[in-house]
Order: sequence, then structure tokens, then C-alpha cells
Amino acid sequence: MRRVTIVPTGTANTASVVAALTRLGAAVEKAASAGDVETSAGVVLPGVGAFGAAMDRIDSLVLATALRERIEANRPTLAVCVGMQLLSRNSEESPGATGLKVLEETVGRFGDGVTVPQMGWNRVEPGPGSQFVESGWAYFANSYRIDQLPEGWVGSSTDHGGEFLSALEKGDVLACQFHPELSGEWGARLLDRWLDRVETAA
Amino acid sequence: MTLASRVIPCLDIKDGRVVKGVRFQGLRDAGDPVECAGLYERQGADEIVLLDVSATPEGRGHALDTVRAVRSVLSIPLSVGGGVRSADDAGRLLEAGADKVGINTAAVSRPGLIGEIAERFGTQCTVLAVDAAAGAAGWEVVVESGRKRTGLDVVEWCRKAVAIGAGEILLTSWDRDGTRSGYDIDLITSVSSVVTVPVIASGGADGPGHLVAAIEAGASAALIASILHDGDTTVGDLKEALGEAGIVVRP
Repeated sequence: MRRVTIVPTGTANTASVVAALTRLGAAVEKAASAGDVETSAGVVLPGVGAFGAAMDRIDSLVLATALRERIEANRPTLAVCVGMQLLSRNSEESPGATGLKVLEETVGRFGDGVTVPQMGWNRVEPGPGSQFVESGWAYFANSYRIDQLPEGWVGSSTDHGGEFLSALEKGDVLACQFHPELSGEWGARLLDRWLDRVETAA
Repeated sequence: MTLASRVIPCLDIKDGRVVKGVRFQGLRDAGDPVECAGLYERQGADEIVLLDVSATPEGRGHALDTVRAVRSVLSIPLSVGGGVRSADDAGRLLEAGADKVGINTAAVSRPGLIGEIAERFGTQCTVLAVDAAAGAAGWEVVVESGRKRTGLDVVEWCRKAVAIGAGEILLTSWDRDGTRSGYDIDLITSVSSVVTVPVIASGGADGPGHLVAAIEAGASAALIASILHDGDTTVGDLKEALGEAGIVVRP
């Protein structure tokens, strides 16, 4: 059974994530408490506007510890866009805000000389040993990114005025800077592989 | 840098149907939105824009249903505009399944709306839609389907909107809309040279040459409508031609 719990980080884009997972046969529920995040076979942390605002939302729902613990245990967790950035300690976007602190690396803004936000389709090249990502085109909508590979993670890369990490994975945890739910068939296949892990863990 | 140039079919929606006119007038039926959006995705569209051109509150209600229906089948980005007057309006569209929201007339009346939407939902989903009419010196912003001139200079307005929080500009040449006489290249050059956010060229496309010219002038994406709805070409054919012209597109 593909039962997935989505963290309500705000309204933006949640509908697209839910629609994509539903097309792949998943039953999607909203997380109401830390208990849901602890017990669910699969948890999705979708991306919304700003790092600080999303983290405020997670803190107000008291979900941070449960999220950090399941990610550190490599349990099936999918983080998308700002959701991926939230794994880090902090971001240039919201100075003073503290993320989930799973990663030590800081989230930084794209440099000068490229279009910001990066809005559109860009190439993703899987990192060595990637279990989820295949080479292809993904849809991005971001101004900030992580560009240092954290120890113990497999990183896929993309170029936008320099290489950055377009996906990170470890165990059954998959964090994507792009939007798999908006990345056509390539994105659907990626989500399908992650949902397989949810099914196995259930 | 490998960010691909985008080809974006635009569906003008009225009372739940796709329509298309010339300079926003003389609308004719062009099909079912879910069928059109699905067809264009299969053809290789990089994104779909829905513009609600309904003039009535009932029509606006239909628009939310249309967004939901299109979202359920679409696995590429969906940008929706038309009739957005407040951050709450934007929120309703996002909740129904839009990934980005376009604002036009209401932003001209009250520029602060751009910042309100950007703050609540992020700049990446805040699209400024601008309808530009060519004048003796530059371009003037027009609103209410081109019926009302505003006295605002298009280039200045775009620069200001980006400073407030617009993350993308959908730049339509009112003079060229639906005419198939080519994009207004000078307009694209003038706007894209003063903003760092992506600019979508809109209004007047008739063939791949027009799309190539728009992208070479600085557009990140090209919007197309009439040529697709009439079945004269496909997204796939256009992207193939762009690729042959040396422009990076998603295959």
C-alpha cells in the first residue's frame, strides 16, 4: 500500500505534489501531528516560498524533531525544493532562521550572471551510486541551492552558473531541488521509485 | 549553463472552454481545456498557461474547476492568470493546483499586491502579466483586455514589479496578439535587458522563426496559442526547429 503523509508547510504547490502522487496510486494524507510523521511509511516535505516561513510552519506544528529523526534513520522521506533546503542548518534567504540541521551545509543564493529565479528545465546528472535519479531534464523554480556535498550522501548535479546539488539521497531519503511532480514522465518515474520504497517499508 | 528555453502553450479560458481571439476580441471556441493541456504535454510542452478571460463571477468559479481538472492530469507546471485581485485569490488558485499565479490589472491599480503574493507564496510563483501597446516612444501598459491605457511605461513598470517581488514576466504585445505577425522583438529586448527574472514572450507567433528571434532577443520562454489551437503545428515540431537553430530545448 502506498500510503503517504504530507507535511502541510503551506498551500503553494501542495496540490501538484498530491496530484502527482495520486496518479501513481498513492493515498495521501496531511500530517496532523508529530505522531503521523513518526508512524507513516512515507513522508513528503513539499517546498513553499521562503526557508524561514516554511520552518516557522514546521515549528508551529512541532514536527521538526520527528522529521529529523526519520531522516537520520534513512526512512522513506521525500523533500522537494525548499523542503530539501530545510534539511540544512541555515539559508542566506532567511538569516537567523534554523532548519532541521540534518546537514551542516548552508543554502546559498545563485551567483550573478544567471537568471534568478532559475525557472525552467535543466539537466540532472545522477551522482555515483544513485538509487533514484536517472539522467534527464527536471523542472526547477529556485533562487537558492546547496552546492557542497554533505558527507554520507549521494548527490546528483546540475549546472546553473556553476554546479549545484539538484538531488541528495541516503537510504530511503530523497531530497530534490527540482520539482519531480512537475517534471513530466521523468519526474513520475522518480516518484514511482521512491513510492516503491514506501511500499516496502509499510 | 544548460537551462532550456521553454515553449509554453497558452489556453485562454472562458466559461470552462478554451477560446482564442485577435487582440483579445472576437473569441472563438478552441476546445476542452483538459484535452488541450494533455495533448500539448504529450507534444512536449514545457509548461501550460491558463488565462481566465471570463468577465463574470460565475466564470471565475468555473476557472477554479478548470484548474483542478487540468492539474489532475498535468505533470508539468501550470501557471494561471486572470481576475486575481488579492493574495487570497492567488491562494485559491494555488490550492486548486496552479504552480504560479499571474497578476495584471490589479497590480497596476495596487502594485503592493505583487509584494503581498510574493511574501506569502514566494517570488517563484508570482508572475507579472503585462499587456504592452506600442506608442511613439516605447510601450504603454494597457489593462482590461486592452480597453484602458494606463500611462505607465512598460519597461519601467517591469523593473519596478521585479523590485517588489515579481519572479517572472509574461510580456504580451497587445498589438501582435493573435495576429501571427511575429513577436515584438524590440519590446522583448527592452524588457529582458533591465530585469534578471525570466521573460516570457507573448503575442504574434506564427512559426519557429518567430520563437527563435524572441529567444535570441532575451526571452526565456515563448508563449504560443493560435498556431497550436488551429492545428497548424505542434509543440514538438516547434521545439525540433528551435533545436536545429542551436537553441537548447528539453527534448
